Amino acid sequence: MMETAWIIPLFPLLSFLILLLFGRRLKEASAFVGILLTLASLVYSILVLFERFTAPTYKSEAAWLNIGDLHLTAGFEVNQLNALMLVIVSLVSCLVHTYSKGYMHGDERIPVFYAYLGLFTFAMQGLVLSPNLLQTYIFWELVGVGSFLLIGFYFYKEEAKAAAKKAFIMTRIGDVGLLIGMILLFWQTNSFEYDEIFKAVREGAISQGWITLTALLIFVGAVGKSGQFPLHTWLPDAMEGPTPVSALIHAATMVAAGVYLVAALFPLFAASKTALLTIAIIGAFTAIFAASIGLVQTDIKRVLAYSTVSQLGYMMLALGSAGYVAGVFHLMTHAFFKALLFLAAGSVIHAVHTQNIEEMGGLWKKLRLTGPLFLIGTLAISGVPLLSGFFSKDEILAAAWEGGHPILFLLAVIAAFFTAFYMFRLFFMVFTGEARSEMKHVHESPGVMTLPMIVLGVLAVISGYVNTPWFGTFLGDWLTKGNDSLGHSHVEGPGWIMIVATLVSLAGIFLAWLIYGKKSLSRDWLSGRGGALHTILYNKYYIDEFYQLTIVSLTKGMSYFLRFIDLFLVEGIVKGVAGFVQGLGKTGSKVQNGQVQTYGAMAFVGLAVLVVIFALTGGYLK
Amino acid sequence: MSSIPASAFLALALILFCIGLYGALSKRNTVIVLISIELMLNAVNINLVTFSKYGIKPSITGQIFALFAITVAAAEAAVGLAILIALYRNRKTVNIDEMDTMKH
Repeated sequence: MMETAWIIPLFPLLSFLILLLFGRRLKEASAFVGILLTLASLVYSILVLFERFTAPTYKSEAAWLNIGDLHLTAGFEVNQLNALMLVIVSLVSCLVHTYSKGYMHGDERIPVFYAYLGLFTFAMQGLVLSPNLLQTYIFWELVGVGSFLLIGFYFYKEEAKAAAKKAFIMTRIGDVGLLIGMILLFWQTNSFEYDEIFKAVREGAISQGWITLTALLIFVGAVGKSGQFPLHTWLPDAMEGPTPVSALIHAATMVAAGVYLVAALFPLFAASKTALLTIAIIGAFTAIFAASIGLVQTDIKRVLAYSTVSQLGYMMLALGSAGYVAGVFHLMTHAFFKALLFLAAGSVIHAVHTQNIEEMGGLWKKLRLTGPLFLIGTLAISGVPLLSGFFSKDEILAAAWEGGHPILFLLAVIAAFFTAFYMFRLFFMVFTGEARSEMKHVHESPGVMTLPMIVLGVLAVISGYVNTPWFGTFLGDWLTKGNDSLGHSHVEGPGWIMIVATLVSLAGIFLAWLIYGKKSLSRDWLSGRGGALHTILYNKYYIDEFYQLTIVSLTKGMSYFLRFIDLFLVEGIVKGVAGFVQGLGKTGSKVQNGQVQTYGAMAFVGLAVLVVIFALTGGYLK
Repeated sequence: MSSIPASAFLALALILFCIGLYGALSKRNTVIVLISIELMLNAVNINLVTFSKYGIKPSITGQIFALFAITVAAAEAAVGLAILIALYRNRKTVNIDEMDTMKH
């Protein structure tokens, strides 16, 4: 199966092409095309993953371009990370395809929607199969295009249009870093191949300075894609897309690409202490920064969006602390419980037709399936023991502690507290309390929507057990087998870390329960004390406004200036020349009027001019 | 006779020529234009005669040449008037502004 793994991305691509050509005729039946083809790619990915458990890494390449001495190859590679990512991407994509059948029901543009989903999935699967940076970059951009199309799916809404553009431009800023880093790496190692680059790093063919520089530049690309500070602002705005798309973007495809890139190039990053430290700091800062914003948001999807940014920060922190396994492990568990949360949120929105959690309440009794599933996701992301998020978060905290960053460790613990608090704030506000009178016709979502949530719910509970300190670290052992540069398979942190993590998350839940569940603490008790802080958090630290004031207005000013130059200088010269010649022509054509007298006058004037020139230059005497 | 300097004749020729040129270029009546052209020819004749008398090498050739020019001018005036009459019959006008077929 591994020899033919290249077929996996072709299924969604086929879905994209079929729907592009015949979508109009298929109408709602397009959903089945998308679902069946992604299901095929999911089955294939699972088979490949199982084969990869025993077989060694498979890599196949063919010559692509030969320019002089330069030989570029294209191909695919199935190593542990790729095989795992393939399954995650295919699984989440397949479930999102299924879910959308119910969620998008009645939308006129269902074929277009499924076509975009197919393209998006294809791009991400192609990205994880790429064996070299150039191919990665191509698919990386395709992922960007896919997200642009999907976020702007409701393009008739101004906000959606703006959000799509913002997502595209913000990630492009990061991509410039990636591109430069890639070119510099090629310059230094003369190859785009991951293997060649790692070999050069191992053998010391690149100097330390170059490693740090290229690693940091590539990390800039990951910062853009994975919504890390300071390029995170596009991610919450991307909520303008349909909710299943948010699930796909946040769980498996777009934002996972950044973390995946850092993981895939981990040996390069691991060779530079500075690069690792930068990643860890940015990751930890993003984790607590986004979590603090999430505390006060009132839009259900925005809270989840900030929690994604925060969790991605965790992953970066793990990778930056040399916890390769922890980062990838959390990427996997997060994919499941975040997809679950988004799908459940979509189900809630589907039922009550609002995204504002202030307007919700008492939905527990009405949404019999969505409620418990949402609770599972909330428990998992909060790091409550025995669920998947608990194990992966513990792994990250241990990695941060052992990596020798006590301050970053502390930040991560505080972020974990915030996470538990705001997730349960969300849960209590949506599902408990008084039911709103205007929400009488709330009904559970159809089976096609609940089934994917049940699958994810099960995974959100059990997926942590592939790598636990109690029952063996299967995932970690497998991921690092045969590759020393990836670090330890499992970081044995001190036992108290697990207790601290548990206590912190329980404390967060308890506080949320006091305020929003039992209501024994007034909601104004907190927001009243830190009124200014609350405003700052509610406005997301004014980052958007800050960008608006600095970068956007600077760019605008410059473009006005350039426009002025273009309008008056460049165009002025061009128009002046054209106008002069035109005027000359017009005068000339006026002179040719058929009047012999005019011709005679012209001849005389010409003669006179010649005589004057003759006299002035001295004539024959010279 | 010799008290009148050559420059006086030349000035007369110049003035005649300028009047002729002005008339030829600015008058709207074709007959006047033809008369102006005769004036210019006469100015040339005066020049020819002047230089045959006061030139560096005075000779009779200039005067003979002037006679030829007068003859040719007379013939030319006859042809010009004939064309003008033909044109007038055709277009019922002697206004030079309306004779602009050279444009095409």
